[in-house]
Amino acid sequence: MEKVIQGKAYVLGKNIDTDQIIPAEHLVYSLSDPEEVKLYGKYALSGVPPEQGGLPEGNVPFVTDGSFDSDFTIIIAGPNFGCGSSREHAPFALKVAGVKAIIAESYARIFYRNCVDGGFAIPYETSEQLNRIINTGDELRIDVGANTLENITRNITYKLNSLGDVFNIVEAGGIFSYARQENLMAQN
Amino acid sequence: MAQTITQKILSKAANRKFVDAGESVWLNVDILLTHDVCGPPTFDIFKEEFGADAKVWDPKKIVVLPDHYIFTANEHAHRNIDLLRQFAKEQGLEHYYDVGTDRYKGVCHVALAEEGFNLPGTVLFGTDSHTCTSGAFGMFGTGIGNTDAAFILGTGKLWEKVPESMKFTFDGEMPEYLTAKDLILQILGDITTDGATYRAMEFDGEAIFSLPIEERMTLTNMAIEAGGMNGIIAADAITEAYVKARSSKPYEVFQSDPDAVYHSKYHYNVRELEPVVAQPHSPDNRATVRSLKGTKITKSYIGSCTGGKLTDFVMAAKILKGHKVSVTTNIVPATVKVARDLECEMYDGQTLKQIFEDAGCSIALPSCAACLGGPADTVGRSVDNDVVVSTTNRNFPGRMGSKHAGVYLASPLTAAASAITGTLTDPRDFL
Repeated sequence: MEKVIQGKAYVLGKNIDTDQIIPAEHLVYSLSDPEEVKLYGKYALSGVPPEQGGLPEGNVPFVTDGSFDSDFTIIIAGPNFGCGSSREHAPFALKVAGVKAIIAESYARIFYRNCVDGGFAIPYETSEQLNRIINTGDELRIDVGANTLENITRNITYKLNSLGDVFNIVEAGGIFSYARQENLMAQN
Repeated sequence: MAQTITQKILSKAANRKFVDAGESVWLNVDILLTHDVCGPPTFDIFKEEFGADAKVWDPKKIVVLPDHYIFTANEHAHRNIDLLRQFAKEQGLEHYYDVGTDRYKGVCHVALAEEGFNLPGTVLFGTDSHTCTSGAFGMFGTGIGNTDAAFILGTGKLWEKVPESMKFTFDGEMPEYLTAKDLILQILGDITTDGATYRAMEFDGEAIFSLPIEERMTLTNMAIEAGGMNGIIAADAITEAYVKARSSKPYEVFQSDPDAVYHSKYHYNVRELEPVVAQPHSPDNRATVRSLKGTKITKSYIGSCTGGKLTDFVMAAKILKGHKVSVTTNIVPATVKVARDLECEMYDGQTLKQIFEDAGCSIALPSCAACLGGPADTVGRSVDNDVVVSTTNRNFPGRMGSKHAGVYLASPLTAAASAITGTLTDPRDFL
């Protein structure tokens, strides 16, 4: 696990559901074939209405036309990120696009579990409405051990909520690595 | 220690006498459900983690119901069905319901009930957020992702945080213009789309226990739209009659203790409630249908795990009988069983199918269809600036296809009344 995550912010609103993260028509591609996997990067966040993508101005494409990944590696969002369908294709698509961490006010349960157990991106929670004070394109740095977020562009540091119980799974890289490490899979 | 019904079921699955809300426990899984969208990637992860020749923990406990992208020319979608078929064969999965055969069922949550997989007191995990539907049978059902499902495939176990419970009591006798859909949209408007995140939503009260099992499933189906981990209704005589007609397996009926601890309690009198919709673009954006009277629609859609059961079509037929629809109206039975029932269930001297055909509706083959948009050739998929009144469960931007379309979630009564007038219409205008 990376101890420091640095990258550009992509800012979104509330209730970003998994249909907006990866629209249902794209769920047909393989998640293991390397060529098809790239398509998940290409279409990541393509269901977000254009004016609501890349706040505060909006109309900032997450992935530019013809590209398979994003210049933005940290998502900043409001409450209930990842609500809706259980599709693990959603955090998978964000990872393929290059996202390392998401910082939202809260998450829907299934998306949160998928992020952690699949080891796709670190789902941080924050009690501040960061999507109102961070702009898309701001350069951010997360100190994973210290649970802090530095906005390098604006020279402000914020506290993130501790990952709590799931830190060990995040650190191991997912539920399978964690279960092996803890001998939980020997039960079978 | 007093426990809620959800705690009791999870205690049993964890081989414990008591589990506390907030603690994480390892559960023994009774059934794992998957379908054509999430099955193939789940099987890939299973093979990667447990080995190419690994065997699943118990082939009798895995139910594979292809239902999402069935009637499409999309080749990738067909490949996913092939992958399900191949895995079912390799692993000897007897509960695989193949497309293009007599075994094909349709929408998984409704088929699980019809095929007798829903048993009170059991634990179901499924790779679909609407797995919570099965909670209508006094069991624990919840959605998970592919990685968690692959873990279950290999071990038969999964960790889960025991949820706090919220209790929703509906008193009074259900009026004929009100449906389970109106009740759950009422709740969603009150608690919002994250009002039950990580919690159990328990439904209680005389109005709930007067409902047939299919209507109870509409309530528990949409627990996820409030972020709920599970929705649950204790089993009663109606549940047991339904289950016994479809399964000879043993089950255990649990009830919440009278002094169980709840996160919160909500009380409603159904006589004071009105038909409501969720306006675009969120399931909690509630308004009474009357307050939106005259809002023009371009499509009416009656289908899905939420609103494509026989009871939903009986309600729609009551309104549509003797009328013509004025907008495109898609009737999408959830399952093959429901589709067959449309041909023999009578209302006022006609079969439901005749009523829908006479009204000018188009009847589609059973699958998830346009509830989630789907491939470009999916029946009923929204296009451009469509305004859809729909009995489905979710209306975030783009859910039914077009990002520019607006979806009003409604009961089958409201969807049918609105189909006739071409505007949002309270069903009381036709009852």
